Amino acid sequence: MVTEKSQHPGFYAIIVMLIIMSVGPIAIMLINSFKLDVDIISGSTGLLFMPTIQNYETALCDILPYELDHLDYCALKFGGAFINSLIIALVSTVLTLIIGCMAAYALVRFKFFGRDTASATTLMVRMVPPAVLLVPVFGLWNNEFCIDKASWLGSLIRETFGGRGDVCLAGTHSGIIIIYVAMNLPFVIWILQSFIVQVPRQLEEAARMDGASPFQVFFKVVLPLIKPGLAAAAIFTFRIAWNEYLLASALSDRDTKTVPILIVNNMSEFNVEWGVIMATGMLLAIPPIIFTLFASRQIITGMTAGAVKG
Amino acid sequence: MSNATLNRLTPYVFLAPAVVIMGLALLYPLGYMVFGSFRAWDPSQTLGESTFVGLKNYVTLWNDPNFRESAAVTLKFAFTVVVVEMFIGVGLALLLDRKLRGMSVLRTLFILPMMIAPVVVGLVWRYMYHPTLGVFNKGLKTVGLDSVDWLGQHALLSVIIADIWQWTPFIFILALAALQSLPRSALEAARIDGATGWQQIIHIKLPLMMPVLIVTGLLRLIDAFKVLEVILVMTEGGPGLSTEILALRISRTATEFRELGVAAAMSNYLLILLLMLTIVMLVYNRWVEYRATRAMRIAEENL
Repeated sequence: MVTEKSQHPGFYAIIVMLIIMSVGPIAIMLINSFKLDVDIISGSTGLLFMPTIQNYETALCDILPYELDHLDYCALKFGGAFINSLIIALVSTVLTLIIGCMAAYALVRFKFFGRDTASATTLMVRMVPPAVLLVPVFGLWNNEFCIDKASWLGSLIRETFGGRGDVCLAGTHSGIIIIYVAMNLPFVIWILQSFIVQVPRQLEEAARMDGASPFQVFFKVVLPLIKPGLAAAAIFTFRIAWNEYLLASALSDRDTKTVPILIVNNMSEFNVEWGVIMATGMLLAIPPIIFTLFASRQIITGMTAGAVKG
Repeated sequence: MSNATLNRLTPYVFLAPAVVIMGLALLYPLGYMVFGSFRAWDPSQTLGESTFVGLKNYVTLWNDPNFRESAAVTLKFAFTVVVVEMFIGVGLALLLDRKLRGMSVLRTLFILPMMIAPVVVGLVWRYMYHPTLGVFNKGLKTVGLDSVDWLGQHALLSVIIADIWQWTPFIFILALAALQSLPRSALEAARIDGATGWQQIIHIKLPLMMPVLIVTGLLRLIDAFKVLEVILVMTEGGPGLSTEILALRISRTATEFRELGVAAAMSNYLLILLLMLTIVMLVYNRWVEYRATRAMRIAEENL
C-alpha cells in the first residue's frame, strides 16, 4: 500500500466473490475429473477423495502405449479425436495467419480500400452464425466440392494433405480446415491491418533500396515487427478452430471426428460417465486456459480492438 | 517476367489467396443457401436434382407454430442475456475502475470462461444443474430448501444464467477499456465543479462511453444469436421446445428431419433478422457518436 488509498473491505469481498464465481465451475470440473464415478455419485462433497488419473487413462485409451487394467475394451476413442483436433486447429491457424497477413499487408500498403471496408466485412462475417453455414456447406462439401470437379484446388489439397483420390471435401481434415480459415480470415485481416499501419514505411523502403524483393520485405521486415498482432490473431483463430462443434460435426466422418463432437455424442447418452467426460472436457479446456494465462494481454487487445478505438 | 511487372502484380498475389478462400467457403455457400431455400431439397439429392418450389418453404415456416415458438425463444434468450450482461458488466466496470494491484490477474481470470469451449461450458453447467449431484441443489439442500428442477421447469432461465456467467466478462472488459480511455480533462473538470460520484457516472461517464457500449452490445447480441453448443449440451433444446433456439432448430431440421430447403429458408430468416438488427444499431450508433462528439466539444469549450 504505497500509493493507493486503502479500499473499503466490502470492495475486496466483491472481488473475491467474482473470482470464485468465474473460476468455480472450472475448478469443479478439474476436481471431478480426478474422481471415480463412484465418488461423484455417492456425493462425498469437497476434497475428501482419492485422486486418480483413471478417467484420463480411460479417455485416452486408444493412444496410450500401455494396457489398462480397469478396461477390457477401449470404447471411447478420444485419443484419435485429440490428434484430429490438433491437426485441424494448428493447420487452420497457420494458414489463416499466412493468408491473412499477406492480405492485410496488401490492403494497407497498396491502398485497395480503407480500413472501413475491412471492418464492415468483419462485422458482416461475424454476423453469420455457423448454423447458417451448416446447410450450404454440408451440400457443397458433399456434392459439389469434389476433388475431380474443382480440379486445380483439388490437386492442391491432394498434394498438401494427401487426399484419398476421388473423394469430396466432406469427411477430410482439409474440408473442415477450409471453412475455419474462411470464417476467421476477416477478423485476422482486420486486426493485423491495425498493426501493419504502424510499421514505418521508411523501413520497408530502405530494405527495397538494398535490393530486397517485395516478398523479402514482407517476410524479413514487416512480419517480425507485428508479432503482438500475430499472437492475438493466432489465439483467436486457434480458439475457434479448437472449440467449434457444429460445422465439424456436419463435415467429419468416422476418422476425422474432433473432441467437441465426441463430448456431445457422449453427453446425449442416458448414462453419462461424469468422471471420464469431465476429464475429456478438461483436456479440451487446457490449451485455451494456457493461452489465457500466458497471453491475456494479447487476448484483451484482440477483444477490445473491435469496439474501443485507439 | 520483368521486375516492374512483378512489382505491379505483388498486391494481387498477396490478396489472391484470401479472396479465393473467402469466395469459395463463405460467399458461394451463402449464395447457394439462398438458391436452395427456394427448393424442395433433401440430403440425398444434389441441389440441381431438387425441384423449384418458389416461396413455399418461407410460407410453411411463417405458418409453422413450432418455428414461431423457436423464434420467440431465440429473441427472449438473446435480449434477456444482453440486457442483464450489459447491466452487470458495465456496473462492475464502473465499480472496479480504480487503481488496484492485481487488476491484470483479475482480468485474466475473468476471460477464462469465454476462452474455453462452449461444449465444455455446457458440460460443466449441466453437471452443476444436475438434480441430485449438482452444486446448486446440494446447496439448497444444506440450507434446507426444496431442490429446483433446473433443466426441466426452468430450462430457459438456467440456460440464460449459464450464458451470463460465460459472457458478462466480455462486456466488463470492453466497458473497462472504454472507461479508461475517456478524456481525463472532462472528468477533472466535473470533479472541480463538485460533481458527486453518481453525477459523474450519469452525466459524463455513461454518455461518453455510449458509442463503445452500443457496439459492445451489438457484438454481444450478434453472438447471442449464435449460441448453440452450450444449449445443445445442457438441454438439447428441451424440454419440449422451451430452449430450442433457431440455430439449434436449423441444425435439427437439416440433420434429423432431412429438409435442407426448409433449413435454408430458416437460415435466411435468421440472417435477415440479424442484418436488420445490425443496421438499426449502427445507425443509432452514428447518431449517438455525433451527439457525444458535440457534447465533448461543448465541455471542452466551457473549460
